[in-house]
Amino acid sequence: MRLQTATRIAIYAVLDLAADPARQLSSAQIAGRFGVSGNHLSKVLRVLGRVGLVEALRGAGGGYRFRGNAKRLTLLDVIRLFEDVGPGGEPGEPAAATAEGHAVRRVLDEIDDTAQATLSSITVATMLKLVEAERRAGAPGRPAGRAAARALARVAG
Amino acid sequence: MMHQNPETTPDVRVRTARPGDLPTVVALDAETSGLEKAGYWKKRFAWYAGGHRDRFFLIAEAEGAPVGFIVGEVRAWEFGSPPSGWVFAISVKPQARLHGLGTVLLDALCARFRKAGVHQVRTMLARDAQLLMSFFRSQGMMAGPFIQLEKALEP
Repeated sequence: MRLQTATRIAIYAVLDLAADPARQLSSAQIAGRFGVSGNHLSKVLRVLGRVGLVEALRGAGGGYRFRGNAKRLTLLDVIRLFEDVGPGGEPGEPAAATAEGHAVRRVLDEIDDTAQATLSSITVATMLKLVEAERRAGAPGRPAGRAAARALARVAG
Repeated sequence: MMHQNPETTPDVRVRTARPGDLPTVVALDAETSGLEKAGYWKKRFAWYAGGHRDRFFLIAEAEGAPVGFIVGEVRAWEFGSPPSGWVFAISVKPQARLHGLGTVLLDALCARFRKAGVHQVRTMLARDAQLLMSFFRSQGMMAGPFIQLEKALEP
């Protein structure tokens, strides 16, 4: 499954911040850990802030802090903020109404259903355990970034 | 036959099910699933709760009262799989949830699986059983190498 760049950045940022909800991180710190564009990350953090998942703290020593419930927030909740995860395909195109279109739709729906069941069952708390496991297994490179990326790759492919 | 090797935590004790637990299990399952299946659980008790070496029916007790159960079995070579532990049912009283009882029950069952010589534990869930799936995920379980397929049988 391929996630858009903004979605992946959002998941990395949420995991980084949720690892220690009392800690504040600047967007530059998060961008540096994961090697992502600061501008792109700022836009993502604004979206996460609007829905109350992160809190922006102003002033010297300001930054971002996780404000969600790591045991309840799922990967699907975060993904849905940035992209559609409903049925794929083009229901409006003429072929969708044919027997072939229905047959293809059934197979794609099976894949979508499985992906959604997976993403909706994995909470941020569970992801943080996976990140820790990746870290213990010695994920190379930027320690935080590599471990989170490998943990996400394990569940989203 | 009863096993006398209960695990204990400060608040919870896990023990092998006894015949007298049957009404509690039926009631607990009915409370959580919305369906009363007394006949089904009576047969499950006969199969799992007899103190077998590779079949387990465990009860979690808090303050002396049953608050949850787990059922599992070591099975071998079905679908070509080497011996592994299967979790067939787990349930915790709704009022007793969020205190780690599910984890205690699963850990106790896994300890028995290890003792029985297996190193893999698996289960199967409805795709929409999000709460239960989240629980097993939180315990480190991931999708395995099997895919379940089915079809409706036409008359």
